[in-house]
Amino acid sequence: MGTIIMQLFNGVSVASILMLAAIGLTITFGLMGIINMAHGEFIMIGAYTTYVIQNLFQTYLPHFFSSYVFVALIASFVVAALLGYLMERTIIRFLYDRPEDSLLVTWGISLVLQQLAQNIFGAPDVSVTTPKYLQGSIQVTKTVSFATDRVVILIIALAAISAVAYMLFKTRFGRNITATMQNRKMAASMGINTKRIDSMTFALGTGLAGLAGCTITWIGSIDPSIGQDYIVNAFITVVVGGAGTLLGTLFGSAFMGVGDTSLEFLTNPTIGQALILILVIVVLQFKPKGMFSSKSRKLND
Amino acid sequence: MLTIEDLSAGYGEGTVVNNLNLIANQGQVTCLIGRNGAGKTTTLRGIMGLIKSSADTLRLDETDLSKMPTYRRAQSGIGYVPQGREIFPNMTVRDNLRIGLEANENSQQVPDYLFTLFPILKQFLDRKGGDLSGGQQQQLAIARALVTDPKVLILDEPTEGIQPSVIQEIGEVITELKSKMAILIVEQYLEFVMQISDYCYLLENGNITLEGLRNEIDLEQVKHTLAL
Repeated sequence: MGTIIMQLFNGVSVASILMLAAIGLTITFGLMGIINMAHGEFIMIGAYTTYVIQNLFQTYLPHFFSSYVFVALIASFVVAALLGYLMERTIIRFLYDRPEDSLLVTWGISLVLQQLAQNIFGAPDVSVTTPKYLQGSIQVTKTVSFATDRVVILIIALAAISAVAYMLFKTRFGRNITATMQNRKMAASMGINTKRIDSMTFALGTGLAGLAGCTITWIGSIDPSIGQDYIVNAFITVVVGGAGTLLGTLFGSAFMGVGDTSLEFLTNPTIGQALILILVIVVLQFKPKGMFSSKSRKLND
Repeated sequence: MLTIEDLSAGYGEGTVVNNLNLIANQGQVTCLIGRNGAGKTTTLRGIMGLIKSSADTLRLDETDLSKMPTYRRAQSGIGYVPQGREIFPNMTVRDNLRIGLEANENSQQVPDYLFTLFPILKQFLDRKGGDLSGGQQQQLAIARALVTDPKVLILDEPTEGIQPSVIQEIGEVITELKSKMAILIVEQYLEFVMQISDYCYLLENGNITLEGLRNEIDLEQVKHTLAL
């Protein structure tokens, strides 16, 4: 029993990391219709931002070292969002309605960003020291214990998706995003600055990737190609759940996370990986638009 | 007052509307009549800045709109009711109306008088816009444009695909509104035009070939052009 619960928690934990990586994609890919191959690099940017913040605290504020995590969470979001904003203003905005081109261009950007990271931080892995309160584990019963950092990541992931849902459905900004993505010309005719909405929405998506990057520094080391480890699974998560819906992202990450770890547990890692991808193909055969499909600007026409 | 001089508009390389002159005054319903393909919708899209267009003058009262992007034109006081309604299907009636507030510089509240004009909307506030019937969507589209508190309301074929009783209602609403704003309507349903308009322009192949007060215009020529 204990093993099964631990195994399930393991799956939920993988799912929560996937979800954090995928929420941003749900917005940029699902809502805006941009295939952003550089999404993983914004995860990388968030991770290195965390690394830099940690170093700054170590050098200048050693007494407050344990609180660097909170600053890093905010900074990773802000830095990734600002760079995403810049990227939308200078490059992405010329690529709407050109999905093939956007795929190639953002792939190029991804390579440039990886090289840039290598030049700045070097090719070898770096890692951050997590503060004490994130180490250790929460003992539930004698045989069941959950790693604290994993629990915190789960909480952050759920908080992030709730915040995004609130923003999309309950705020004026969210309403303007929905209107713009549903009918761009009509939104403009109602006084919405749709170009600004595009930039802000894209920045929100990359910012969330940055946040994901911050949390993954707790569970592994950072290298310039760290984004590549997440990008494919994040895309699969969004597609299988249904692009552009948060419910779909929630489902997709649970499906991929819990499904993958369970199948790997029941068989072995190689077979498990293959099985989950076969399952994805089966789902998409019957639900080509994902489990929870939405109406959005491009994917629906 | 909306003043247009030498408006040309089109898609891609060609122009559909050439050197069009038009004035829409407050207190009047101005109608632009023409057959399918005459360039009526193109004219309105040109006014909104939704397509490639150029004009010597495109002025709303004293504000020059010609260089503005679409959203600034809306904020300056054009309320647009497009062909086919184009309401946001996945948003509730309430949210569709609230979107209009983006272009309203004076208020952040959907005004109550709209629900007197269109009682049906009050009843359906929480329904998805896409679930309404065609006539209800048309009323929603007009109400949404009114939320922007426009100086000129432009409507693209408001009678298209609408049942007669609702056309009647819409006509009454338009007549009620004209004291507060200029109204420009594109239409090919002549009976409706003759009921509500004060001044008419006839559009043929992108050019205005006839204009005049409703009761002075050469009705035979208008009928002849529409029937061609």
